[in-house]
Amino acid sequence: MIVLMLCFLANINLGSVAIPISEVFGSLFGTSENYIIQHFRLPKAITAVLVGSGLGVSGLLMQTLFRNPLAGPFVLGISSGASLGVALIILGSGVFGGALSSILISKWSIVIAASLGSFLVLLAVLTVSSKVRDTMAILIIGLMFGSITAAVVSVLSYFSSAEQLQQYIFWGFGSLGNLSWSELSVFFGIYLLGIVLTTFSIKALNTLLLGENYAKSLGLNIKQSRLIIIIATSLLAGTITAFAGPIAFIGLAIPHITRQLFNTSNHKTLLPAVFLIGAIVMLICDSIAQLPTSDYTLPINAITSLIGAPVVVWLLVRQRKMVF
Amino acid sequence: MKDKNSHIILRTNQLSIGYQTKKTTSTIASNISVQLQKGELIGLVGANGIGKSTLLRTLTSIQQPLSGTIEINDKVLTDYTIQDLAKTMSIVLTEQLMSKNLTVFELIALGRQPYTNWVGNLTPDDIHVIEKAIEQTHLSDIKLRKCHELSDGQLQKVMIARALAQDTDIIILDEPTTHLDMYHKAYILKLLQRLTRNTQKTILFSSHEIDLAIQLCDSIIVMLNDHVVYDTPCKLIENGVFNNLFPKDLIDFDTTTGRFKVN
Repeated sequence: MIVLMLCFLANINLGSVAIPISEVFGSLFGTSENYIIQHFRLPKAITAVLVGSGLGVSGLLMQTLFRNPLAGPFVLGISSGASLGVALIILGSGVFGGALSSILISKWSIVIAASLGSFLVLLAVLTVSSKVRDTMAILIIGLMFGSITAAVVSVLSYFSSAEQLQQYIFWGFGSLGNLSWSELSVFFGIYLLGIVLTTFSIKALNTLLLGENYAKSLGLNIKQSRLIIIIATSLLAGTITAFAGPIAFIGLAIPHITRQLFNTSNHKTLLPAVFLIGAIVMLICDSIAQLPTSDYTLPINAITSLIGAPVVVWLLVRQRKMVF
Repeated sequence: MKDKNSHIILRTNQLSIGYQTKKTTSTIASNISVQLQKGELIGLVGANGIGKSTLLRTLTSIQQPLSGTIEINDKVLTDYTIQDLAKTMSIVLTEQLMSKNLTVFELIALGRQPYTNWVGNLTPDDIHVIEKAIEQTHLSDIKLRKCHELSDGQLQKVMIARALAQDTDIIILDEPTTHLDMYHKAYILKLLQRLTRNTQKTILFSSHEIDLAIQLCDSIIVMLNDHVVYDTPCKLIENGVFNNLFPKDLIDFDTTTGRFKVN
């Protein structure tokens, strides 16, 4: 918790323009006003906390539900659905004509396109999944829908201009900045709903550690719990993708890092821990991506993998065995 | 007669088990009528593929019977909600645990799930029941160890303790002695027998350890090719039921010693 606060302050403190730490405090507590902090740094830091914790938590939900250490928040086709929505808007805008396209590609239209895309793909996955009994089959169905949407995106890119492609690729890098306070409040509202649903699933998640047959014998309504867990993941991962783009790696890695550090599978410990570590890692990654005092900003997606992947490898090698 | 009936905890009536698809029905065993008494240890024996697991899956409501009824405490199984059933019957399965990164205590504590609140917090009463289950299965020394550090025999004891913590009238175990050496096979079954004596629970287990089952069980359900017999071990031997358990080309049942012999 203290580490999280420090990272939060450091993240606000560091950036292209150096701002003294005293002014950071002053601005946060309302004694002085700093335009950069109020309109750029603070929203960005809050976004980082929401994205990191949300992706970590939804990754944990999917890994427990699917009993698979390779599962992440996007196994249900959420990110591929969002990509498809955004690709249709950006790459398909040629169809609507030049003048219209510039209006279409505003921040909100991309958010709406991403949400709609992920919602529709998720709906398709859920409809097909409701016909299968086996939870593992849902995993495969999610992957299949992912490759269908990826194929559609490839076809679209083939017919697009270089400019449109670049714009699409930039979205794919992910971005924590550029969120206004009004966007952030919508983001936070949906995020909170996802977290509340997750909290109600803690008992079910622990029961699922025994496997589905045992869980059923303990009086757990498998279908209902599965649905709540999937909805919570969709809300979290869906809004994050809509507002910040497809942030890779965090959702897969944070639960593993947390399990290695805390050495437990009990979700009562794991869930708050994943929440904190997710937020901390995201803040650190974002601070690095800002390249403090320089004018450049690196794509956040590259940083999460560059920093995160070696950490996971190092933890696994150090412990010599995987904890799951 | 009324008095005798009240001790019957699980009763099946003309039960028929098997698998049903849209087009075909494959019956695995039919005409199963058994009455399991309170506080008894009951074995379920039969050759591979005869339908022991199917019977246990049907009794535990994992799959539906083709026909006939199952009554637990004079109430039809289908009338139980899964929450109520969780307080009446607990199970120990052969399947591997998904996560062994829980401590023995945490895993046994999961047996209290039907009783705990929405977030799964343990009350002092819950902890008391868990500690008692740990004591009854002699796990006090290893209760803080992680499950992946345990041997197969220890893990089986932990799973039995978890079922005990669930505090149910009936415990059903599917082949609790597989993967165990001769000593631990006897140990686990002896433990089950002791539990029925001390706790008045009814314990039903399937096993291939017919010798041990004959020595320890109060009654045995024998699944044969064409019918199912349910009686005390002595009566079953007298009536020559075990002689027909397996094809006679390799092993024979010796009625005087109560053991199988290779020809």
